[in-house]
Amino acid sequence: MERMPKWADVIVTPLISLALAFAISALVILAIGESPVEALKVMVEGALGSSYGWGFTLYYTTNFVFTGLAVMVAYHAGLFNIGGEGQAAMGGLGVTLVVLALPWPHWALALPAAVVGAALFGALWALIPAWLQAKRGSHVVITTIMFNFIAAALLNYVLVNLLRPVGSMDPASANFPPATHLPKLSDMALAFGIDWGRNTPANIAFFIAIIACLLVWLLIWRTRLGYEIRAFGKSEPAALYAGISPVRITVVAMLISGALAGLMAVNNVMGEAERLVLNAVEGAGFIGIAVALMGRNHPLGVFLAALLFGFLYQGGGELALWTSIPRELIVIIQALVILFTGALDNMVRMPLERLFLTLNRKRG
Amino acid sequence: MALAGATGTAPAIELRGISKAFGPVQANRNIDLVVPRGTIHGIIGENGAGKSTLMSILYGFYRPDAGEILIGGQPVTISDSQAAIRAGIGMVFQHFKLVPNFTVLENIILGAEDRGLLRHSLSRARGELKRLAEEYGLQVDPDAAVEELSVGHQQRVEILKALYRQADILILDEPTGVLTPAEADHLFRILRGLKDEGKTIILITHKLREIMEITDNVSVMRRGEMVASVRTAGTNPTELAELMVGRKVLLRVEKTPAQPGAPVLEVRGLGMVDADGVERLRGIDLEVRAGEIVGIAGVAGNGQTQLLEILGGFPEPGARLQGEIRLNGTPLPLSGTGADGRARRAAGIGHVPEDRQVEGLIMDFSAWENSAFGYHDAPQFQNGLLMDNAAIRADTADKMQRFDVRPPNPDLAAKNFSGGNQQKIVVAREIERNPDLLLIGQPTRGVDIGAIEFIHKRIVALRDAGKAVLLVSVELDEIMALSDRIAVMFDGRIMGERLPASTTAGELGCLMAGLEPAAAPATSGGTE
Repeated sequence: MERMPKWADVIVTPLISLALAFAISALVILAIGESPVEALKVMVEGALGSSYGWGFTLYYTTNFVFTGLAVMVAYHAGLFNIGGEGQAAMGGLGVTLVVLALPWPHWALALPAAVVGAALFGALWALIPAWLQAKRGSHVVITTIMFNFIAAALLNYVLVNLLRPVGSMDPASANFPPATHLPKLSDMALAFGIDWGRNTPANIAFFIAIIACLLVWLLIWRTRLGYEIRAFGKSEPAALYAGISPVRITVVAMLISGALAGLMAVNNVMGEAERLVLNAVEGAGFIGIAVALMGRNHPLGVFLAALLFGFLYQGGGELALWTSIPRELIVIIQALVILFTGALDNMVRMPLERLFLTLNRKRG
Repeated sequence: MALAGATGTAPAIELRGISKAFGPVQANRNIDLVVPRGTIHGIIGENGAGKSTLMSILYGFYRPDAGEILIGGQPVTISDSQAAIRAGIGMVFQHFKLVPNFTVLENIILGAEDRGLLRHSLSRARGELKRLAEEYGLQVDPDAAVEELSVGHQQRVEILKALYRQADILILDEPTGVLTPAEADHLFRILRGLKDEGKTIILITHKLREIMEITDNVSVMRRGEMVASVRTAGTNPTELAELMVGRKVLLRVEKTPAQPGAPVLEVRGLGMVDADGVERLRGIDLEVRAGEIVGIAGVAGNGQTQLLEILGGFPEPGARLQGEIRLNGTPLPLSGTGADGRARRAAGIGHVPEDRQVEGLIMDFSAWENSAFGYHDAPQFQNGLLMDNAAIRADTADKMQRFDVRPPNPDLAAKNFSGGNQQKIVVAREIERNPDLLLIGQPTRGVDIGAIEFIHKRIVALRDAGKAVLLVSVELDEIMALSDRIAVMFDGRIMGERLPASTTAGELGCLMAGLEPAAAPATSGGTE
């Protein structure tokens, strides 16, 4: 029988891990002579205490939802896609090409096309590693991480030599035309008469992220393809027995994964920067790994974990801005959260399982 | 009976009352064994008889629950493989433990490097290797990478490794399983040479021919017990086969005589060479008719697994196949997407695979998810673009009730069911699709008595409904009780066909060991 109730595994375990991570972070802050309470206050207020803070937190959250979902889908197929960084960068190229290619009359027309462009470029960037894994057995971890570097180099070339407007000194694409600018969440709130988070980057892509969560949930647990992906991820011999093609599942799962990572560009390139710049992804592809791990490879978990990391990103920025705590400390806090919720997961879970066992025995 | 070998000196190995249990399974029970110095000692037994466990105890992989080990007359405790090496024991495993991209020399000294710098050990090993090669005919290029050597040469490296560690006692586990006949002959010459130099050799095998050819003494294991130790010269293959198989309690299955109809499965000249170049199947001819159960008897590892996998549509990657398979007269492709598990199911083949926990079930999936596995694209399980999970759940609940799966909870993960109930989930899934041909491998391995009876009844019921059943089992009882016709496989070949009513366990045991029993009357298989 189950060792502990599912709710405990899904909710209590990450909460305890998180508490441990924050406790050690507090010790680190103490060690450099700052007040952890003060630091926490600044972070919470900066990230969640105002509609302005939320406007940033949700923007980061949107990025992490896409990259987290990307890692999650591949994970269910037993593949570890750590190429989200490169796939998201290529998604940015896809968005840029789509937006600059036609004189879009309205963002509502440009958005679906940009979504397709982002997903397509992200997926294609995952295709070669997927193919090499499926056909040649080249490990997808190695190839996807190599493709991150190739993507960075390629974008560098494209931005400097092809997309840079004539006369510009900046290795970036031209600004997107105003007609293609996506509505910010603050604009949408204003339409309802609410003054909410002015001048913040959170935009309509946030809702696309939520839709993506729902669609991924449907895909993995409600479709035949998702069933086959999960079956293959759990047991390759069983998949072969059932006539599920490992090549097909590997390639399809990686394409979906790459497409999801690519979709991040709708948020950061089209929704925020409104042009393509160098290193637009800023590590969100790697954060996606932690988000998927912490989110237990479930879309709802991914969403909540993305929210947490959005809070850490925004709160961390505030911390560097308002206190003398160095920016690097944020990296330490994020690392501790990843360490405790991802790598040291069993350290919390096993004692908890034992606790529930004894509780059950006493009750029984 | 006195064993062959030197008298007066202490035996190389003596085991007294060795017992070892894994949970409820008694793998070794009160084993006594005496191996005289300077002899070749064979240990034979069916799969699961406890040979490998016993040797693992000797090599320090397991600690015995009870009993004593004496090496050269001295009691020893073998706590790990280092201790075994110090006691002079060397082991050559069935699956070699070599580093493929290291050279022969590097492999030889691995774990026996005596100084910080490798140079000294390497040059010492080079000289030693030269000496050993001359003395025993163990020629290998010391600078060749192991991965570039043939399987026979890799095995020599393993033997050299043991000799380099000054092993006096050499244990070889199924050494000829991976060798060509010529390589096997060469190995035997090497073993004889080692014996002449005073080494003691233990040979684990299930091939009676090898036992008769090379050993001085032979011990027979059956179901965890040592049932006999005799001089090889004083016994014969038939006696050994009978000792090996034993006279087990007869399993009874209620069934009427078969009424075979038209051939459902026809296999002609099926051959398979695996990715390592080892020939696993050699010219298999087999026919299964509607309304009959054909049982394939054999010691595991003689090609039964490969046969089932090819028929079921998932031969191991890289295998080369030849021959012909027909189902209801229609040829089935041997490769490509038309030959995968999905296509085989569509053609009307149901398959209960040999290893339900690896192939038949996904242990983390719930019962209902497993219950549709392989049939998950069936129209009644679809709801537009989505899967109709409610329909699958209802179908599973229904099957669980009819197959008496306990607990009847479709949402429980497969790993949380007992072995018998897991197997019932697989059997229900495959039988309820009403296939023309049911492939069923080890239907009752690890299954409790009640479930065995239930599963056997279902198999007979399917036969009585006019379907063809191909049964593979290493349990001879099960084959004898369930089959209408028995084919015996050995070394990738079908050694012969017998009718259960007119054969004996002894005769089948001989065939399983690769011997054509001269005395037994050959019974035609009813297909001619």
